[in-house]
Amino acid sequence: MSDTRIVIAKQAARLLVNGDYVNLGIGIPTLITNHLPKGVEITLHTENGMLGYGPYPHEGEQDADLINAGKETITELPGCSYFGTEQSFAMVRGGHVDVTVLGAMEVSADGDLANWMIPGKKVKGMGGAMDMVAGAKKVIVAMEHATKDGKPKILPKCSLPLTGKGVVSAVVTELATFTLGQGGLTLTALHPDTTVDAVRKVTGADFKVAKDLASYER
Amino acid sequence: MNKAINSAADAVEHIQDGATIMMGGFGVCGIPENLVAALHARGTKDLTLISNNVGLDDFGIGTLLKKGQVRKMILSYGGECKVFEDMTLTRQIEVEWTPQGTLAERIRAAGAGVGGFFTPTGYGTLVAEGKETRLIDGRWMVFEGPLRADFAFVKAWKGDVLGNLEYRKTARNINQVMATAADFVIAEVEQLVDIGGLHPDHIHTPGIYVDAVLRGAKYVKPIEKLTVRKAAAHV
Repeated sequence: MSDTRIVIAKQAARLLVNGDYVNLGIGIPTLITNHLPKGVEITLHTENGMLGYGPYPHEGEQDADLINAGKETITELPGCSYFGTEQSFAMVRGGHVDVTVLGAMEVSADGDLANWMIPGKKVKGMGGAMDMVAGAKKVIVAMEHATKDGKPKILPKCSLPLTGKGVVSAVVTELATFTLGQGGLTLTALHPDTTVDAVRKVTGADFKVAKDLASYER
Repeated sequence: MNKAINSAADAVEHIQDGATIMMGGFGVCGIPENLVAALHARGTKDLTLISNNVGLDDFGIGTLLKKGQVRKMILSYGGECKVFEDMTLTRQIEVEWTPQGTLAERIRAAGAGVGGFFTPTGYGTLVAEGKETRLIDGRWMVFEGPLRADFAFVKAWKGDVLGNLEYRKTARNINQVMATAADFVIAEVEQLVDIGGLHPDHIHTPGIYVDAVLRGAKYVKPIEKLTVRKAAAHV
C-alpha cells in the first residue's frame, strides 16, 4: 500500500463534486487538491477570510499578508476574494460552503466528532472547527483508521470532548470509506488490499456493508 | 477631527491594569504589532485579552503572557505558542474557549447593538454548557451573548486621520469586526494617507468606528510557516 496519507486524500477527493466550495482542514485534507479527479474543479475557502486561493508561492514571492488557516503562505487565483472573519463564518454557518474535509481524533457511529482537545494534555483549541462542522453542507472526516498504538478511532461513542454532535457525513481512511446516517455507519468503499473482516477488527463500532460496495482506485 | 497619534507609547498610555482589550490578527498575520509591543513595554497587568490566537512565544500576545501581564484569554486557538499551552495547563491564566465563528459573531453583535444570537455551532459540546438552547427550524441552537471590550487594537494596511481603514489580503481577518466593538478603538496602519487618499468604495472600516490612528513605526510581519512551491504544483 502506498503512503496512507495519499491513499486517504485520493479517496476523499473522489467524494467532491465539480463546482463545490470546499474548506480543507490542516494535514491530510490539504493533499486533496493534488488528487482531484479529472473534470472536478473546486473553489477553496479558508476561514481567515479568502475564497479562491491557489498553490504555495514560488520562493521569494511569499507575502506575509497572504496565508491559509494553517498559517502557510499561499497565492491568489484569478477570481479570488477577501473578507473578514465575521463574513467568513457567516458563509460557513449559513450553509454556503458545500464541503469541509477535516481530521479527527475520534468519530462515533452516530456522527459525533472529537478533534479539538485532550483534557489535561492538549490545549490548542477548536479554532474554526466547531463552526465548520455545524455549518458546512457535508462534513467529511479524512483520517488514519486507527491511532498510532493501533486503537480504533471509529467508536460507538466518543470519549474525548466533542467538536460537533451528529455532524459527520462520511469518514475516509486508508482502509475504508463509510457514510453516516439514520441507520448508523455504512461501509461504501474498501481498499483492494483489505477485507471487510479485517476492517471490522480495527473499527470500534458496528457497520453495515453497502450492496454496491466500491473499491479504492490503486 | 484629526485622530492621528504620534507614538504607540502615547496610544497605550491610558490603558489601566485590569482592562479588557481586543487584538486583531490570525496567527501573527495582521496583528497590531506596534501597539502590542508598547503595551509590553508599559507593563500593564491583569489584562483580559480577546483575540483569535495568542501569537508566538516571542512575538505578539505570547510576549505579554510571558511577562505575566494577562489574567484571562478569550480565544479560539492557542496552538504554536508553548508559553500559552504551559500557562493554561498549569492554570496560571484563565481561558474561555470560543469557536472562531462564534467569537467573530459575538463581537459583531456587540458592535451592531444586538443582544446576542442562537447558533448551531457548539451544540452538544463543552462550549454550550450552561447556555440556553432552543430548537429553531429543526436544528438545536445555543445562545451566545455579545462581546465588547474597553479597547480594541486593530491593524490595517492604509488609513487616514479620520480613521477610515483599508485592510490588505488575509491580514484583514478579525480586525474589521473588532474595530466596531470597543469603547476606544486604536488602529495602527502601515501607510497614513491624506484625507481623500482612500477610494470611498474601498474603505472597509469607516472612520466612525475608530478613535485613534497610529502609523506603525516599524513592521516585522513575520511569516509563521513559509511554504513554497516545489517542482509539482501543490496547495
